Amino acid sequence: MSDQTTSGPVLAADGTPLKRSLARALRMQKLRALALIAPLLLFVLITFIAPIADMLFRSVENQIVQDTLPQTVEALADWDPSASEVPDEEVFRALAADLKVAVKAKTHTRLGTRLNYEMTGASSLFRKSGRRVKKMDPEGDASLKEAFIGIDKKWGEPEIWNTILTYSPKYTNGYFLNAVDMQKGPDGPEARPENQQIYMILFGRTLFMSLVITGSCILLGYPVAWILANLPTRTANLLMILVLLPFWTSLLVRTSAWKVMLQQQGVINDVLVWLGLVGDDARLVMINNQFGTIVAMTHILLPFMILPMYSVMQTIQPTYLRAAKSLGATNWTAFWRVYFPQSVPGIGAGSILVFILSIGYYITPEIVGGNTGTFISNRIAYHISSSLNWGLAAALGAILLAVVLLLYYAYDKIVGIDNVKLGG
Amino acid sequence: MAALTPISRTPVSFYLPVTAAAGAFAGLLVGTSQGAPWAGVLYGAGLMALISLILTRVLPSEKAGRWTLVALFLIGGYAMAGFPGAVVGGLFGWFFGWFTFWLYEGRYRARLAPYLTPFQVLWHFSFRVICGAIFVFLITPILVVMPLSFNAENFFTFTPEMLRFDPAGYSLKHYRDFLTNSVWQDALRNSVMIAPAATFLSVSFGTLAAIGLSQPHVPFRRAIMAMLISPMIVPLIISAAGMYFFYSRIGLQGTYLGVVLAHAALGIPFVIITVTATLVGFDRSLTRAAANMGANPVTTFFRVQMPLIMPGVISGALFAFITSFDEVVVVLFVGSAGQKTLPWQMFTGLREQISPTILAVATILVAISIVLLTVVELLRRRSERLRGMSPG
Repeated sequence: MSDQTTSGPVLAADGTPLKRSLARALRMQKLRALALIAPLLLFVLITFIAPIADMLFRSVENQIVQDTLPQTVEALADWDPSASEVPDEEVFRALAADLKVAVKAKTHTRLGTRLNYEMTGASSLFRKSGRRVKKMDPEGDASLKEAFIGIDKKWGEPEIWNTILTYSPKYTNGYFLNAVDMQKGPDGPEARPENQQIYMILFGRTLFMSLVITGSCILLGYPVAWILANLPTRTANLLMILVLLPFWTSLLVRTSAWKVMLQQQGVINDVLVWLGLVGDDARLVMINNQFGTIVAMTHILLPFMILPMYSVMQTIQPTYLRAAKSLGATNWTAFWRVYFPQSVPGIGAGSILVFILSIGYYITPEIVGGNTGTFISNRIAYHISSSLNWGLAAALGAILLAVVLLLYYAYDKIVGIDNVKLGG
Repeated sequence: MAALTPISRTPVSFYLPVTAAAGAFAGLLVGTSQGAPWAGVLYGAGLMALISLILTRVLPSEKAGRWTLVALFLIGGYAMAGFPGAVVGGLFGWFFGWFTFWLYEGRYRARLAPYLTPFQVLWHFSFRVICGAIFVFLITPILVVMPLSFNAENFFTFTPEMLRFDPAGYSLKHYRDFLTNSVWQDALRNSVMIAPAATFLSVSFGTLAAIGLSQPHVPFRRAIMAMLISPMIVPLIISAAGMYFFYSRIGLQGTYLGVVLAHAALGIPFVIITVTATLVGFDRSLTRAAANMGANPVTTFFRVQMPLIMPGVISGALFAFITSFDEVVVVLFVGSAGQKTLPWQMFTGLREQISPTILAVATILVAISIVLLTVVELLRRRSERLRGMSPG
């Protein structure tokens, strides 16, 4: 050993310097690990990350105006929207030429639907003009401006031209502005009229109800986690089944159970009427409102709060509490100054988990939420499947995703992804 | 458990007021159901005080006294409200007999540390009652569904016949509907086809990756882990929206393959978490020893590593299976009518044409989840035993 240190670098068995040999071995190890991970990473990238990226892309994508009306957009570039005048004949000729092409490809109705999100009436305007534009001759001498105004007076007002111009770029922040109750005006973003503001209320309600649900989960979960951690193991394991069974039961089963329980002709109301606590004609309304959503979701998410709290409380020595009491602390002081601070990591882990899960919930609010107990996710689903305003759905989803990723980051910092535990 | 504190009989001035208070509470419940709450309180308190006096002072034997009480309450309950009344009465009788002697003999004190003050004893038991109430909250909804699924009527609540325990009030017709209705059978078939395929994909990819992730030197480990766990964290509606947009671009929307891929992606985090957790306790010298004796990496994996991490892999597979089997949001968007699964059918049933067949399906699903829960628990214990983490 000692004579080797004097005679140059240490050599491995095959004659290469040990340092290089070690580095190669390490590199091989890294490559092997990556090779094992690569298939899954690729799989998740294609089946999960790419769809999310696609959604984010859709929230700013706006190529339809430029694709459908290329000449009009070009001609409109010279038009001055602040003069509040209708563009001149040249723009109308371009519009007629574009619409002729669009009607053949049947894309003019889609453009109408798109512009209808921004200006009510655009959809019918494009459908009506599409039917009549076939007879027009863009090369002829007749005034196409008057012909268009003859189809619909809206062509003679600057509003539709403003809308086309505003949404002519390929990418727009219009959906995002829409998602926060704003719209694109001629002078930049402006707030929507009061009676059209719904999304900020929905976001606020989603946050508020998620907080209430998280709070009630802490309130109900803490005593249960405590008693599970402090009972003898056999009893605790038995009681644990009562926590794990709901955790393993299908979400739909629990939601339908709550529907059965909370209905006006449901089990809780029946019991209350039987006991005489409420009259038969004054049955409580507990479903299709915020109350129903909060009760059902608290029940559904409670195991996610209890399990992390339990695993933290298991590590707290009961002797600390006894030591505090023998040093003269009252019950409350011993709990609040000694036990509680040690259980805070469990509360933190459980709360973030429950909050993340509840903020994006869809099924339960949809079934027991009615009109006042729905979340932002229900609105996203509505825009995807009913109103077909996919861009707006994507923008709302992107905002929700940003909130959740922020919380995910916090969770990673506080708890660590590796420490997520499932079940007992 | 051995008694911590020597116990002695308590004075009348202690147990009489407490039983009277309990009687007053029970009397309030019975009284309101009969339309006279305050009379119920008075009668309940008086009756219970009298009963506890007779039980402790007059009757010689505890056992005989308690059984007499149960019988009396059973008959009284039957006289007041028929069969359900008898059940409630019998339970009340048993409880009050037990409660009286629990207090009278000082049994409540036996298992508590001797230095506790009366207030601490009271808090100890109130805390247990609170916890009991929370456990009831957790389990009741699941228990309520089961008897209702045997309802003979198309109602979502207990009919008078059911409460009278009349056999005519019960039937298996909702189960029969589930087994014969083609809509439900198609949904079941789809679920049974999609879930195992998705589970197979997520387990095979996930186990490999988990082994890779638990190697000592992995570059960007944290970032990769965060990415692989993200399907569990991202709200389902966002995953569903993104997959809907993307899969319809590449022609996977409305196909079995699309649904299977989507569900496999959602199940991967569970496999990764359970398998890496098992690998934490894995002794690396075992694989080195195998290599030392001439086994190639593949043999080492299948003969040494795989059997040891098998419990983790199976419980990960069960998690992935239940994720796919219960999933409704993603399949709602990525699937089309041809891929309608069981949860989807339940969801439409709950939203539109309400039929108690849903409750029959729910009961079957609860039975399945009990089986899965048992398997996972057994596996967890076995894995801990294999790794020497807990004795026996």
